[in-house]
Amino acid sequence: MFPGSNDDRDLAHAFTLLGACVEMVWHKDARLPEGLCGLGVPGGFSYGDYLRAGAMARFSPVMAAAEGFARSGGPVIGICNGFQVLCEMHLLPGALVRNRDLRFVCKDVDVEAADTGLFADGLEPGRKLRLPIKHGEGAYVPDPARPPRVAFRYAGENPNGSVDGIAGVVNEAGNVMGLMPHPEHAVDAALGGTEGAVVLRTFLAACQRFRSGHGQDA
Amino acid sequence: MRVRVLVTPKQGVLDPSGRATQRALRELGYDAVSDVRTGQVIQLEIATSDADEARRLAGEMCEKLLANPVIESYEIELASDD
Repeated sequence: MFPGSNDDRDLAHAFTLLGACVEMVWHKDARLPEGLCGLGVPGGFSYGDYLRAGAMARFSPVMAAAEGFARSGGPVIGICNGFQVLCEMHLLPGALVRNRDLRFVCKDVDVEAADTGLFADGLEPGRKLRLPIKHGEGAYVPDPARPPRVAFRYAGENPNGSVDGIAGVVNEAGNVMGLMPHPEHAVDAALGGTEGAVVLRTFLAACQRFRSGHGQDA
Repeated sequence: MRVRVLVTPKQGVLDPSGRATQRALRELGYDAVSDVRTGQVIQLEIATSDADEARRLAGEMCEKLLANPVIESYEIELASDD
């Protein structure tokens, strides 16, 4: 959580609903919880989006530990502002800029899964999901020096002008994923559908594998 | 020393606000404007009188924080003492 995060509790709620044990980490903490097996970077407007969305959060004390966790192969998911933060940290390639039409977009969109790296359980390439988006700076621009592994593309209309309709990417190793759509807002049939659970479940499966791989009881 | 940093989107990177501004200028009759790029101006007061040092520090700050080299380019101007 950063000052300005606002989807942190939604994400924690969604993970809990899917059976995970969740601990909130404040940006000023120097370390991450003992035995951590997965890290979610939530959406919102960290540091008021000053300078560039996600630019300041990178320098929060806890982010050094977060970077270490990601580089050691730990599963990380960044949603919306979390995606912007991971790009600014260079844990993910590319950058996110203002939407093509200069408008904040808030609606449900269809996305299609492609190469989701370590997060492919029940999320095979070509799988379509309906997920909400809500962002003003969601147009993905790839870094020519570091072509992305595309995890999700907008199916049909491109809502924000992302290059190649890219809605989410994974890093080279496949353990860090960032996406603009909000799976955590689509885990309840009464509120926005349940297809977000597919994304969070595959993330949790990767967390479980990471934990068993690290010799802790599963 | 006063240093001005100009951050603009790189050529080829989507600049919707520049495009909208150009469209508005066209509507005002300024057809001669063939391109508009918008960006940020960041003015720094750096406690040094050494111009090279000020320039070096500002460049370092751009690489680390003030600009995102993936999408933005930057220029550094040393302001003359008023």
